[in-house]
Amino acid sequence: MQETTANKVAANATSSFTEHLQRDRPELLPYNRPFEFGPSAGQPPQVPHATTIVAMTYAGGVVMAGDRRATMGNIIASRHIEKVFPADQYSVLGIAGTAGIAIDLTRLFQVELEHYEKIEGTLLSLDGKANRLGAMIRGNLPMALQGLAVVPLFAGFDTAAGVGRLFSYDVTGGRYEEQEHHAVGSGAMFARGALKKLWRPNLVEDEAVSVAVESLYDAADDDSATGGPDPVRQLWPVVYTVNRAGARRVAERELAAVAGTIIESRAAARREA
Amino acid sequence: MTQQFYVSPEQLMKDRADFARKGIARGRSVIVVSCEDGIALVAENPSPSLHKIGEIYDKIAFAAVGKYNEFESLRQAGVRYADVRGYSYDRDDVTARGLASVYAQSLGAVFTAEQKPFEVELAVAEVGPSQDRDHLYRLTFDGSIADEHGFIVMGGQADKVSGAVEAGWQRDLSFAAAIRLAVKGLVTDNESPELPAKALEVAVLDRGSESGRGTRRAFRRLSDVDVMELLAEEN
Repeated sequence: MQETTANKVAANATSSFTEHLQRDRPELLPYNRPFEFGPSAGQPPQVPHATTIVAMTYAGGVVMAGDRRATMGNIIASRHIEKVFPADQYSVLGIAGTAGIAIDLTRLFQVELEHYEKIEGTLLSLDGKANRLGAMIRGNLPMALQGLAVVPLFAGFDTAAGVGRLFSYDVTGGRYEEQEHHAVGSGAMFARGALKKLWRPNLVEDEAVSVAVESLYDAADDDSATGGPDPVRQLWPVVYTVNRAGARRVAERELAAVAGTIIESRAAARREA
Repeated sequence: MTQQFYVSPEQLMKDRADFARKGIARGRSVIVVSCEDGIALVAENPSPSLHKIGEIYDKIAFAAVGKYNEFESLRQAGVRYADVRGYSYDRDDVTARGLASVYAQSLGAVFTAEQKPFEVELAVAEVGPSQDRDHLYRLTFDGSIADEHGFIVMGGQADKVSGAVEAGWQRDLSFAAAIRLAVKGLVTDNESPELPAKALEVAVLDRGSESGRGTRRAFRRLSDVDVMELLAEEN
């Protein structure tokens, strides 16, 4: 009798917000809903998609940047969408794929990390955070198979090792640690090409921010679903840096200057392609 | 055939209340003080890891005296309640009033229905944009709830400690002054005239966390070094 009580208590003790929701309020999870398409079964519905995210390491941390465009087929669904978020004090995540689900997953992930911190009184390790995110992406697999995939990019500062690290994921929740730099989303191919030429070891923070913005510029140049810097509306990519001091959003003013320099240098070069 | 003795409901409740009070009276005091900079929470607690004070949500903190396992389970339930609420509605929709009323209902249910009541007393504190909008709720073992102003003192020698705090409390205290006042109060139920920083657990709900630290989360635990510096300022 006593043992079963003890077992019950132990089984109920969870520091995970997702597990708690799964047990008590499954209807609140972004996935887990029985999902049926209407008459056009098999055809994923037209919903906004978030596009390109780039991330790279620099001396003492990581930088992550995302453009501001969401597309729905050939339509620009949003010019202002933000796709890079702070996950907690020492990590950020960027999302590509179905925007609606991705934003909810991000919110869930943020609460998950904060919940663990409050219950346990200590932060999760960076690997622990990366694994939790992988489990959530796997939870979304049934939706991904129906065409509503979410693919995140996760970056953080490993306080134990004292370095910045990057993680990419596939739709099945597979987690892969990336070296140096990585990109996800529709413009990732072009951004990766740019990163290969622009990135070098031990960049300082300002240089890394500039490289991130320039690689997004190149992605926007060739991918119609990626938005470039927009001096007319004063829209710049969302950029976060994470180092020993924590995650910081790079100010609009700095980004305007960085984007301005890139546009100027490209205009001065007078190159066609 | 065995026959049960009749016990009047009055007697039953009184016995339970006496039992709970005895348990709580054994514990060391916890003080929650609202001041100009925010809300300071101070407890006498020699353990650096078994906390009596905890973060519940952005602007809400929890403090407790009594049996650790009982108030810890209540604290965790509070964190779950707040996180579910903030996730399903919005972060602004999590309030100390809502949380306190859930606590009151659970404590009340345990008091009447379970084998034994919880031997705990809780404080739920919410820091507002101005001092007038701070909320301090005190919850007792039977589920009664009280809306307090200025400060809360809980624990064994609450009356004595409360007197000391009341004498020194003003609206416009800084964190340093509020914490010193609380420590002065805690010392009154002690044999030794000094409390080292190691024996104290101190946390604050920072009124200006957005502007000062760039975070919505107002709760901050102070390290022994911070506390020592604050206590030394006086001299």
